[in-house]
Amino acid sequence: MSELHGVSHQADLAPGDEGGVSVKYRVLGYLVGLALAILLTATSFFVAGTNLVWQPSIPVAIIVLAIAQMGVHLVFFLHITTGADNTNNVMALAFGLLIIFLVIGGSLWIMDHMNQNMMPMDQIMQMQR
Amino acid sequence: MAAGALAHGHDADVIGLDAVHHGPAPKRIVTGFGFWIFLLSDMVMFSCFFAAYAVLLGQTAGGPSGAQLFNLGNVAIETGCLLLSSFACGMASIAAEERSHRWFQIAMAVTCVLGLAFLAIEFREFADLVARGAGPSRSAFLSAFFTLVGCHGLHVSAGILWLLTMMAQVFAKGFRADILRRLLCFALFWHALDIIWVAVFSVVYLLGSAV
Repeated sequence: MSELHGVSHQADLAPGDEGGVSVKYRVLGYLVGLALAILLTATSFFVAGTNLVWQPSIPVAIIVLAIAQMGVHLVFFLHITTGADNTNNVMALAFGLLIIFLVIGGSLWIMDHMNQNMMPMDQIMQMQR
Repeated sequence: MAAGALAHGHDADVIGLDAVHHGPAPKRIVTGFGFWIFLLSDMVMFSCFFAAYAVLLGQTAGGPSGAQLFNLGNVAIETGCLLLSSFACGMASIAAEERSHRWFQIAMAVTCVLGLAFLAIEFREFADLVARGAGPSRSAFLSAFFTLVGCHGLHVSAGILWLLTMMAQVFAKGFRADILRRLLCFALFWHALDIIWVAVFSVVYLLGSAV
């Protein structure tokens, strides 16, 4: 691996690989990631069950915390960063996120409008008589 | 002719143009990138299940809702198991690159035990729900719940089989280049499962019991 990085500084990285860093710093990287993930998870569970926060803000807070934690996992565990040697991995990730956003956002948007515009169930039953 | 092309390439190299190609990327990068694309497609598949769950969250057909069913204490323990096993898997990746057989097998064993603990808790939860008459056929909400969480559980089960295979392969064949590529893919898979679990406990359990 080290010779591979020696050939050219601009060499790409496989997702999950870190460019030649010593063992100590790599373990430290995972520890920082673990600490951040535990912190975000604990906050998430705390916010979900507390009365100290304005109630309507709770779902938004949980989603924001979840997205932050996914970011922590991507950077510290999967080593997908925005460095020059990670361009292809990040481009693939961006496309994946686009599709995920379209699927989830689109489904919620459409189904919400369907529910709003649908005739109440008892009226449908009356029409079928 | 060939010599001319070679000399030309050499000149370009000396000048240091960015356009110079060093030939195909190493196999480790190609394999890792291909597996990364598979993982992203897997996440797209999960996003469909998440969309179904979000849409069907209120469709309980008069049956129990998430707030009545979910035990957040259990979910917190599951989350801890999976998070620590992801960390242990990271330690196994480092041990593999340092070519340390002992630490690799220890870290992989810890990863495996924590993954099995996660699966045991999840299986007990499912059995409990079915016993209380809240099985997947009770309502659209529960169908979506069992499909989404069960699909993640199946991924973890497959991951544990893969993990044991990798321990055996490293034990029998050592840290060969092809084994290390498989390890890279396994580590990506295991970390990606943890990312999906973050979405599961946030959306399914925390938001699901708030509704």
